[in-house]
Amino acid sequence: MAKIQALEGVEPVTMIDAPARLDYTFTAGRATSRFLKGLEKKKLLGERSAATGKVYIPPRGADPVAGVPTDEQVEVADCGTVTSFCVVNVKFYGQAMECPYVCALVLLDGADVAMFGLIQEMPYEDVHPGLRVEAVWVDDNELSTTLENIKYFRPTGQEDAPLETYKEHV
Amino acid sequence: MRDVAVVSFAQSEHARALPGVNEVEMLMPVIGQVRDQIGLDKSRVGFTCSGSTDYLAGQAFSFVMTLDGIGAWPPISESHVEMDAAWALYEAWVKLQMGEIDVAMVYGYSKTSPGDLPDVLTRQLDPYCYAPLWPDSVSLAALQAQALLDTGSTSEREWAEIASRSRASAKNNPNAQLKGDFDPDVILADEYLVAPLRKHDCPPITDGAAAIILAADDTARELSKRPAWIRGLEHRIDAQSLGVRDLVNVKSLQLAGSAAGVSTGKIDFAELHAPFTYQEVLAKRALGLGADVQINPSGGALAANPMMAAGLVRIGEAADRIMAGEGDRAVATATQGACMQQNLVCVLEGE
Repeated sequence: MAKIQALEGVEPVTMIDAPARLDYTFTAGRATSRFLKGLEKKKLLGERSAATGKVYIPPRGADPVAGVPTDEQVEVADCGTVTSFCVVNVKFYGQAMECPYVCALVLLDGADVAMFGLIQEMPYEDVHPGLRVEAVWVDDNELSTTLENIKYFRPTGQEDAPLETYKEHV
Repeated sequence: MRDVAVVSFAQSEHARALPGVNEVEMLMPVIGQVRDQIGLDKSRVGFTCSGSTDYLAGQAFSFVMTLDGIGAWPPISESHVEMDAAWALYEAWVKLQMGEIDVAMVYGYSKTSPGDLPDVLTRQLDPYCYAPLWPDSVSLAALQAQALLDTGSTSEREWAEIASRSRASAKNNPNAQLKGDFDPDVILADEYLVAPLRKHDCPPITDGAAAIILAADDTARELSKRPAWIRGLEHRIDAQSLGVRDLVNVKSLQLAGSAAGVSTGKIDFAELHAPFTYQEVLAKRALGLGADVQINPSGGALAANPMMAAGLVRIGEAADRIMAGEGDRAVATATQGACMQQNLVCVLEGE
């Protein structure tokens, strides 16, 4: 290959820095928008599928089993049952919580899919499937259209839910 | 080779922005229609393949979420291409040729309205030499257009006539976004957007979705009175670097067209995915289409250009006309990448 004279003795480029940034206006969609607007009023709005009868929360507008729209809004309770959980012991960049802490899947009463949440106000080693928990909301003046309205879930003190009530979700 | 045909096609309304709906909500009615209009139960679909890209909606794994709208339970055999869904159709066609399935569903979609499309498209370029310069898609097209103009073989006037004809044809297309009567002399008086391109030389920015059902042999004959048989299906790619390509002779499209057998019989009409007016000139030359071939009766990508679906829409529009008996042999194309880098050619026939 012929040498380019003007480049002789010039330090070769071995690395470049090419920053990229793109801005988007996100559209949550009809069903998720209804859900987010409900949260502002401390309501948890799932959507029922006519095809399977299942109530999905948070809803994305579709019944993923049947592939058909969901359009019946159903309010579900802000308490439910822990189906599965994870004790987080690993630190990572941007972590908001102090280790160890517990992330759990909570099957809200009236819903057919479990929702993600933190479990607090109890020793992490005592968290277990079947545990009954309730949502702890932010103060009313802080409510907005976000799932962060639920700070975490805490134990209700009720007896554990029987396995039959959540075994499909384990 | 098995005989494989398009037996059903559906598309959404195409618009600059479909407000309020997410991608699943936009796609779901199209999936429902493409199955329901031929009475196809989803359990008969042996393979599903989609084309989309997360960059457009700005959402990671958006194509996985979109599966919510398909009904992927019991578990389905499924794949995805980060390409226009015309290439998803190619993958499904290969699966059908393998003989293990008889029916496949293909879909493509995009919501481009959440981001700035010309900027987003810079991310598909070579990440070292091109992408850091952020050359937007219209400016790159303008370079190719100028190179073509410099050959003296076309004119801005010819391009204005292409825009005018496309939008007039789109008047018969209920899903088209840009349609109506536009006098070439009037639109030619507009200022340049990026010289030598004016606004009418560029595709609209579109939210939209489309889906196709493919079927093989007797299954195709069962599902459609007059299936649109795929008699040729090929795709080729040119080099990524614009500097090493002959921008005014789209080699990949020539090769794909020749391999697909475009010239082995009379073509009644063509659905060419040519998002910019001048690209229609390039596509016609690459495929050797004469003046007797009707181009883009649907209005083409100049009337609606949903990214990741507009190529599939060309195949679907051509297939619909074949199935309706409005022609016996058609060619449809899809293009992808800056300045027509990658091209797919599909030859469809009735019987």
